Amino acid sequence: MYVAVKGGERAIKNAHALLAEDRRGDTGVPELSVAQIREQLRLAVNRVMAEGSLFDPDLAALAIKQARGDLIEAVFLIRAYRTTLPRFGSSRPVDTGAMACSRRISATFKDAPGGQILGPTFDYTHRLLDFRLAAEGQDLPKPATADPVAGPVPHITSFLNREGMIETDRPGDELPPDLTREPMELPAARALRLQAITRGDEGFILSLAYSTQRGYGRTHAFVGELRIGTVAVELDIPELGFAVEIGEVELTECETVNQFTGSKTEPPQFTRGYGLVFGQTERKAIAMSLVDRALRWKELGEDDTGAPAQDEEFVLMHADNVQATGFLEHIKLPHYVDFQSELELVRKLRAEGAAQRPEAAE
Amino acid sequence: MTEQAYNFAYLDEQTKRMIRRAILKGVAVPGYQVPFASREMPMPYGWGTGGVQVTAACLTPGDRLKVIDQGADDTTNAVSIRSFFSRTAGVAVTEATAEATLIQTRHRIPEHPLTEDQILVYQVPIPEPLRFLEPREPETRKMHSLEEYGLMHVKLYEDIARHGAIATSYDYPVKVEGRYVMDPSPIPKFDNPKLSGCPALQLFGAGREQRIYALPPYTRVDSLDFDDHPFDPSKADHDCDLCGAGDSYLDEVIIDDAGGRMFVCSDTDFCRSRRAAGHAGRLGTPAGEAA
Repeated sequence: MYVAVKGGERAIKNAHALLAEDRRGDTGVPELSVAQIREQLRLAVNRVMAEGSLFDPDLAALAIKQARGDLIEAVFLIRAYRTTLPRFGSSRPVDTGAMACSRRISATFKDAPGGQILGPTFDYTHRLLDFRLAAEGQDLPKPATADPVAGPVPHITSFLNREGMIETDRPGDELPPDLTREPMELPAARALRLQAITRGDEGFILSLAYSTQRGYGRTHAFVGELRIGTVAVELDIPELGFAVEIGEVELTECETVNQFTGSKTEPPQFTRGYGLVFGQTERKAIAMSLVDRALRWKELGEDDTGAPAQDEEFVLMHADNVQATGFLEHIKLPHYVDFQSELELVRKLRAEGAAQRPEAAE
Repeated sequence: MTEQAYNFAYLDEQTKRMIRRAILKGVAVPGYQVPFASREMPMPYGWGTGGVQVTAACLTPGDRLKVIDQGADDTTNAVSIRSFFSRTAGVAVTEATAEATLIQTRHRIPEHPLTEDQILVYQVPIPEPLRFLEPREPETRKMHSLEEYGLMHVKLYEDIARHGAIATSYDYPVKVEGRYVMDPSPIPKFDNPKLSGCPALQLFGAGREQRIYALPPYTRVDSLDFDDHPFDPSKADHDCDLCGAGDSYLDEVIIDDAGGRMFVCSDTDFCRSRRAAGHAGRLGTPAGEAA
């Protein structure tokens, strides 16, 4: 007799209880603390903060724990929480020139004021599994330390700027649009594009950037500078009439220097791509600056080669992994009704086809 | 039980006001897609976030909410959305179409006729009826503003040339009051005639795509067709095996390994109330006996 998918309510409750049990895993193994995730899986925390558009390492760590390490699910948890937060103002633009850098490298100059600082990086590590990490509780050698660089660290592209060798960014006073408060409108200004890319999926942005390197919208990028560190966040307090520092955030900033042969209005000079992402997220920041530069073809009078990374609508409308994963996974939901109407249609078309081809049916 | 940590119906009042403005604009320009700043909801995009935001903006504490998915009140996502609003708004819920003041639906219009006192909220995945003919949003918006719908008619004509019929069985495009071509959401085309002249306010929410549109009560809605190939709202050529209805949309259910199948109303409330009234189909039992 007829037994359809009934009792959804109880099934959902039971599935969630099983999920909680699976998340915990073997209870003979000590439970992960949020602090452990925050401190020891910091790059995962950074990715969740960047794509979740919320700088809060503790919440990001909690989301990773709750999501069982599924980072896109964790990003989703952070985004859903973020929308419920009241907005009490906009900060002043952060000054990355005043960043306290923990890492700062340039691929275009051997040395520059402020120096090259390798910082905590996987670069030049040999990717050999370190079995000592499997044996827990060992003492780590103490890394050498140095005094932090005093004072502001100038941007490397500003040296090129002095010679007029690189395009100048015109500072503007206009308030950038807010992706989270207004619907996306196309064509988008660069500020809006950068917002969308910085919270876009790391894998998607990486692949797009890689595609430009392989020739799909090539822009010949050099990493002019990559810097990671903390910057102060300042908020104007109207009652006081001045800005107050309300905290600091860790950022990764990447400026690429790109070849440009000049156009009717501009002399040959270098152009820029820009990446700015929460936390130590250098792969994302570099990829972002490549995609940013590829998207600027129209403004710089370059050719549209039809490359995906040059297609603003394609990039912006498909970069968000919370949107993408939701829509992708929604096809798990019941579609009995649509499928039934398709069944009827195909049956009808087949019947009509068979009636028109009597000899073929024999 | 309302969770005190969140505002009534989850969204804050500013956001609801923004959504209500979009709804009012949609009502003023029937069939026009109004962009709105869709918020991230605590359920995934593609799972009804547009409908949920519209519902949240329309709900008042006195409302009685019904949520259906595929016509059924007890499919998993309908259960999930209903319990979301019981938790965050504490409103009364019902499965009876006639008793509900607000109905959120995915993929169906209830069989029971709606009234002027009701709002029907549709969940919409892709609000743009021209999207699969033209992927670029600035282009499709231009086509709507110029009322340039030739591409759609060519597509329907090509269907007829190739298949002898319009090969669209759900998500069947409509024209609203002779002006905007509109996507009715993926309802089966069987439901399309119910869109037109409906006494209830019909609202459409697409969260991921950030669009809201509306059909005010008694709006004329025509399914696109040709004079020599008139619109045909087809359904399975059977009666419901449980309640015997011959005029409701049917789901096909496979019941054994030998290809045996039965047809049942997709609208579970409609089927149950018919059986409660003593109707029975080929395999059905009337009035609440365990099936």
